[in-house]
Amino acid sequence: MLFTILIGLITSCLLIPLGKYFRSPVSVALALLPVILFGYFVYHIPQVSSGETLYESTKWVPSLGINFDFRLDGLSLLFSLLITGIGSLIFVYASSYLKGHPYLDRFYGYLCLFMSAMLGVVLSDNILLLFIFWELTSISSFFLIGFNNDSAVSRKSALTALSMTGLGGFLLLAGMVLIGEMAGTYSIGELINASGVITEHPLYPLVLGLVLMGAFTKSAQFPFHFWLPGAMKAPTPVSAYLHSATMVKAGIFLMARFTPILGGTPLWSYTLLIVGGVTMLYAAVHSLFRTDLKGVLAYSTIAVLGVLTFLIGLGTEEAFIAAGTFIIAHALYKASLFLVTGVIDYQTGTRDITRLGGLRKVLFPVFVAGTLAALSSAGLPFSFGFIGKDLIYEATLTAGDPLRILLTVVAVIANICLVAAGFMAGIKPFAGALPTQFADVKMPSALVWIPPLILGLSGFALGCFPDLAGQYIVAPTVSALTVEPVEFTLKIWHGFNTVLLLSGITIIAGTVVYLFNKPAVSKIAFVERFNSYTPHYFFQKSWITFRRFSVWYTGFMHNGFLRSYLIKIIIFAEILLIYELVKGGPIYIDYGKLIPVSVHEGINVLILLGAIYLTVTTTSRLTAVVGTSIIGYAICLMFVFYSAPDLAITQFTIDTLTVVLFVFVLFNLPSFLVVAHGNRSIVIRDALVAGLFGILLSLTAIKVLQVPTVKDISEFYGKFAYSLAKGKNVVNIVLVDFRGFDTMFEIVVLSISAIGVYSLIKLRLKTSEKD
Amino acid sequence: MKSPILQSASRYLLPILLLFSVFLLLRGHYYPGGGFVGGLVAAIAFVLHSFAFGTAESMKMLKYKPSAIIPVGLIVAAIAMFLPVLFGLPVMTGLWIEEPIPVVGMIGSALLFDIGVYLVVIGVVLTILFTISLETH
Repeated sequence: MLFTILIGLITSCLLIPLGKYFRSPVSVALALLPVILFGYFVYHIPQVSSGETLYESTKWVPSLGINFDFRLDGLSLLFSLLITGIGSLIFVYASSYLKGHPYLDRFYGYLCLFMSAMLGVVLSDNILLLFIFWELTSISSFFLIGFNNDSAVSRKSALTALSMTGLGGFLLLAGMVLIGEMAGTYSIGELINASGVITEHPLYPLVLGLVLMGAFTKSAQFPFHFWLPGAMKAPTPVSAYLHSATMVKAGIFLMARFTPILGGTPLWSYTLLIVGGVTMLYAAVHSLFRTDLKGVLAYSTIAVLGVLTFLIGLGTEEAFIAAGTFIIAHALYKASLFLVTGVIDYQTGTRDITRLGGLRKVLFPVFVAGTLAALSSAGLPFSFGFIGKDLIYEATLTAGDPLRILLTVVAVIANICLVAAGFMAGIKPFAGALPTQFADVKMPSALVWIPPLILGLSGFALGCFPDLAGQYIVAPTVSALTVEPVEFTLKIWHGFNTVLLLSGITIIAGTVVYLFNKPAVSKIAFVERFNSYTPHYFFQKSWITFRRFSVWYTGFMHNGFLRSYLIKIIIFAEILLIYELVKGGPIYIDYGKLIPVSVHEGINVLILLGAIYLTVTTTSRLTAVVGTSIIGYAICLMFVFYSAPDLAITQFTIDTLTVVLFVFVLFNLPSFLVVAHGNRSIVIRDALVAGLFGILLSLTAIKVLQVPTVKDISEFYGKFAYSLAKGKNVVNIVLVDFRGFDTMFEIVVLSISAIGVYSLIKLRLKTSEKD
Repeated sequence: MKSPILQSASRYLLPILLLFSVFLLLRGHYYPGGGFVGGLVAAIAFVLHSFAFGTAESMKMLKYKPSAIIPVGLIVAAIAMFLPVLFGLPVMTGLWIEEPIPVVGMIGSALLFDIGVYLVVIGVVLTILFTISLETH
């Protein structure tokens, strides 16, 4: 299974050098990649549907429990088939839709990357691995959504999508690490067995919140839904791919994947039911007010995602069956509707519903595809959407008693709006009289109308033989969620019952809404009046506030004055030291242990004090430099007295070099700024900060003496320096042998700083030369 | 700062200090010293030369840019780090030649690593100081 992911990643890398050979028309050949992968997954259908789960493992970071563990069970298979199947059609469609685009190769690179990341998400058997791919989908979708990077709106939408899904991803990681800590494993298979440990853990609500935040942001659940309509700025094939079968469904997948791990508790069910219910009502109603075709589709997609969240929250076997079926039905008709919209946009130059009409006369095959998709979305008999909708009603009707009626009513209202939205997107542009301006619209290449037609037709094929999908794909999916084999048959005809009645009501009411709801600009204006109450507005406001805070904070902390940095760093260190010293209890000095001060030591201290006085009082920079170097050498002597020769030599050479450096730059420095002159308050402030720091460090030094030292480490080095590293100078042994890695990194850092100094000085001169 | 006294002194001091720096480098494993200090002393030797004769003159004497020494040092250290891998041992394991070598004493991969550190330190210090000195005068 690793190869299915790698092949896409490799292809996207190969497109960097070879991209120029894959601009149209050869680009359609790239569709072979998803087709082959689709074939691979189709080939595994019989095995998986017989109840088998395929595993594959490759070692990666075994010490952290992260390996390339993959599993192919029903749930993975369902999503893999959608990703590669719809992916194939998108690849074909894009080659014609973006024909002649200068960055077509780049587009395919992003698309391959995205497809691999999605496959990685659904195939991972390790939650950390899943997370890595999860983030990769966010990043690659950022490039896809912002593909028209010369448009500011497009860039902004991409950034919004990335920041929302990135925020969710961040929280998701926290949740996953917590899960791993609780259960002691990151493997999904083992987590399912350890489900009880997690759901009974006191931190379970936190874990649930974190994981669900990841899923909700990705799946555009209320109140995080707003990035999805914005993401419609992407080229249509991207919208079709991301919003029908992949990106947003990743959140649904995550909830499904975690159902056997975190699910089954009232907290889980109610959260999902409420969030899903609110999302589907809010978005379904909203979709009726849109005039942009892609806007209608965006909101109806959010509504469907709400329905799916709702079904997973319901948690019964019927609900899972409905969810599995509805995922397939929705992917088929929604991808088709998006592709149809793309054709309309491409051929007529507009996506405004109020201006479009009568296109069936000029774009007949597209009209057929649109109608098939719209009918499936409306859930007419013999479409797969019909089966999906029936199952949803069956699931709500068989739910627990107090909620039964409420849930059913919510589902019916949302579905009525969805029917109307589907008609608006799939039928409205083709119905009625053809405006004269569109009379000479040309038929597009077959490559763009065949994919939506295939999708529309397969919706009806599955609608006529529902058990084909039911037995081979939906049943293993459901058993992956319930962790036990399930048996059921999907049928077209259930007899006359409540479900059929509700279905009929939905279709009729939806048609009525469609006929009477005339999308108009005035209605949008009406909706926009409430904009300042929307979550989007709230998030925008908080971003602006956050940015203002950042500007202020940067100005305060990073103002460019070295003395300001120093005083802040020192004050912070003082606070920490005071805290630690106060916490550590009383300080006492054991006079008995102290050794008397010898004469040369006393003289050294006197020199030190004199040098300090000279440094802080002088008005000449040169004197200050000399003063500090005397301080340095005096400290060197201290090291010599107290038998630390290594430190002494190093300090001595470093001090010498510092003086040299000062001498080099002395004449180029600005005149010595004596801030203190004439400003006593600054002198007092600095004296206080410096004096306090000195006192605190002295206290710390005394404190160190009374704390029993842990000698394990120094004893270890002392003991093994000769036997293991064959040396007697422990300091050096530690540097080059025991902690050799650190030294290696340190010399790398040194080299980088040398390059930094070199380039800073060279660059500075170049600009001044230009002036 | 072109004093004849300093010039003649540094002419003799340069080789002596360099020798001293190698001495520090080699004895590091047993007595105070090591690659880092050795490198600093060697750098000081060249800096002294540059004080006496001017930085441009020192650069000429070095033949190679001091920044070219940095990658050499890094490569030497990296070789010392990965050498044990060739013998099927973990990275950074100390390797030792069985018999001590006259004058130098025991030789192992730790010394090679220290030589890398020595070269990097010389390169870094001279790059920083010479760049600043050349560009600001």
